[in-house]
Amino acid sequence: METYTLIVLLLAATIRVATPLLLAALAGMFSERSGVIDLGLEGKMLGAAFAAAAVSATTGSAWLGLGAGVATATALSLLLGVACVTYRGNQVVAAMAVNIMVGGLGPTLAVAWFNLGGQTPQLDAAGQRFTAIVWPWASVARENPFPGLLYAELLSGHNLVVYFAALLVPATAWVLYRTRFGLRLRAVGENPLAVDTAGISVTALRYQAMLISGALCGVAGTYLSVAASSGFVRDMTAGKGYLALAALIFGKWRPYPTLAACVLFAFTDALAARLQGVSLPLVGIVPVQFILALPYLLTVLLLAGFVGRAIAPRAIGVPYSKEK
Amino acid sequence: MSTAKQLPRWADLILLPLVGLAAALLLSAGIIALLGESPTQAMKLMVDGAFGSQDSIGYSLFYATNFIFTGLAVAVAFHAGLFNIGGEGQAYIGGLGSGLVCLWLGNWPFWAVLPIAIAGGAGFGAAWAFLPGWLQAKRGSHIVITTIMFNFIASALMTYLLVNVLIKPGQQSPETREFASGTWMPFAHEMLARVGLNFTSTPLNFAFVLAVLASIFVWLFIWRTRWGYALRVVGQSHDAAVYAGISPARITIMAMSLSGALAGCLGLNELMGSQHRVLIDFPGGAGFVGIAVALMGRNHPLGIFLAAVLFGALYQGGSQLTFDMPRINRDMVVVIQGLVILSCGALENMFRQPLTVLIGRRSVSPARKS
Repeated sequence: METYTLIVLLLAATIRVATPLLLAALAGMFSERSGVIDLGLEGKMLGAAFAAAAVSATTGSAWLGLGAGVATATALSLLLGVACVTYRGNQVVAAMAVNIMVGGLGPTLAVAWFNLGGQTPQLDAAGQRFTAIVWPWASVARENPFPGLLYAELLSGHNLVVYFAALLVPATAWVLYRTRFGLRLRAVGENPLAVDTAGISVTALRYQAMLISGALCGVAGTYLSVAASSGFVRDMTAGKGYLALAALIFGKWRPYPTLAACVLFAFTDALAARLQGVSLPLVGIVPVQFILALPYLLTVLLLAGFVGRAIAPRAIGVPYSKEK
Repeated sequence: MSTAKQLPRWADLILLPLVGLAAALLLSAGIIALLGESPTQAMKLMVDGAFGSQDSIGYSLFYATNFIFTGLAVAVAFHAGLFNIGGEGQAYIGGLGSGLVCLWLGNWPFWAVLPIAIAGGAGFGAAWAFLPGWLQAKRGSHIVITTIMFNFIASALMTYLLVNVLIKPGQQSPETREFASGTWMPFAHEMLARVGLNFTSTPLNFAFVLAVLASIFVWLFIWRTRWGYALRVVGQSHDAAVYAGISPARITIMAMSLSGALAGCLGLNELMGSQHRVLIDFPGGAGFVGIAVALMGRNHPLGIFLAAVLFGALYQGGSQLTFDMPRINRDMVVVIQGLVILSCGALENMFRQPLTVLIGRRSVSPARKS
């Protein structure tokens, strides 16, 4: 029974860790499917995390924080669009620039505005955060291990953003595979010349993709600072943007496999937290660092074709030019 | 945009990065003004903090040494058409190599330890970059993604080693014991004192000379050897390389290994020169500064040297700035760094177009006089 409860709690933790990964990975799905390498997920999330926490702290409204987070990440995404689509700059360079700039800008503004050593004030007043939504009878159901505990821990008790992220997976799949926009988006990442020849603007499509990517990164960043924790701290994305990118690659740029990859990566993360210093039968103490490095190792193995094969959109990373 | 007009070479190599730098600094000045401080005053403080005294010059050049190594690393890969953003991880693992040599050979004389420590740093760094290079060449894995993943794997590996294996017994913080003083890089002030010159005590050390030698080596290698030639051919065109009998796969692996070796030399300065132990996260983002330095320096060793000194000055001047302007903290330097990468790298075409209109020459008009 003890083990069962532990596993359920581990799965609940997995859901919480997977949410920002999933949001960022789906954000990347739009931009990468349109042919733009989105290493900027990290910076867009971090910028949104800061803006959301700062606005929520000053206005007292988590919703205004969300708006600020989405607006900030979208603006950063547009900046990437200007650099990568309009001026056909190197996409990796542009993304690294944004990541590094945002990494410095957040603490800089936080110090100037709040003077708390690079953090934003704690969000503890009512309405400043997205808190857990408890479903009806969850506390009663908790008494019953199966299925009551599953209901109380896995279905109930998450904040709004978690449910939004879960719904976003079928929504993304529908947009990508069942709408005209999705068809064009997939086409422009594979063969922009064909799209252009058909009289559809490559530039407009890629900008739309960048807008969606920015908005979703905004939600992901807001989740980190305003829902999962209470405020912004320096470098709070801590590589989650890159991990999301790894999940996107691991999911072969498809919505449901990407969901599975996010859950897998989040599970390793939750497991590492649980296994800290715990001795397991047969294997002894597993180094936490090994478990934490597992998602990156798996992605490298996948990219190398040792476990399955991940084939990127064909035109990814190549700026489109009408003249050439 | 038509290609009828082209920028003259000097404008491409010198004017364009300077215009980019100016734009980045203007934007930074705007941010400083928004924060409620005077940009001109901040600039004055930074220049003074970076070059105003022997002390500040020493620190500026000490930081610059790190950036020369990582900048060269990015540039070598770039000449082969590869984007190595794994400099951070390669520097981390390379530092481990140099560190292990210093820990093991503590009672050897310095001049005997030095070549082995260089080999250790370069070797470990090269090995860490060899894998992504090999995966790119033989298995087609995207080098950008694998080098990012290798940064995280390096970080996890080093944390494990420092926490569980290499930690000095009976100590909380995850770092090794101090290297024996015989293996320390000679400090610049010690070396200058020997020839009768007075210089304040700073972390600037012999590794700076090694960084300059590495720059010369890279210049010779890229432009004066057949391997360097092959490397540039692969960077320009895979097809041309194959046609010329050059194997892009071999060159890719070679370029990445050399790139990693250069990044791996960071420990010579940071660890053997200053910290005198291996500790958590000692590269401190220098691997990423290398990207800015290589872009700014146009992937040429001389440009990289100048850009590295500029960024070293920014780091030193920036820490000075935070003393005098409490509303501005050290992270402002990171913002400037990001803006430089943006304007000198990603938005280069934005400045190239108007400059070409202003001073461009017609490239396809052989009949034109003068």
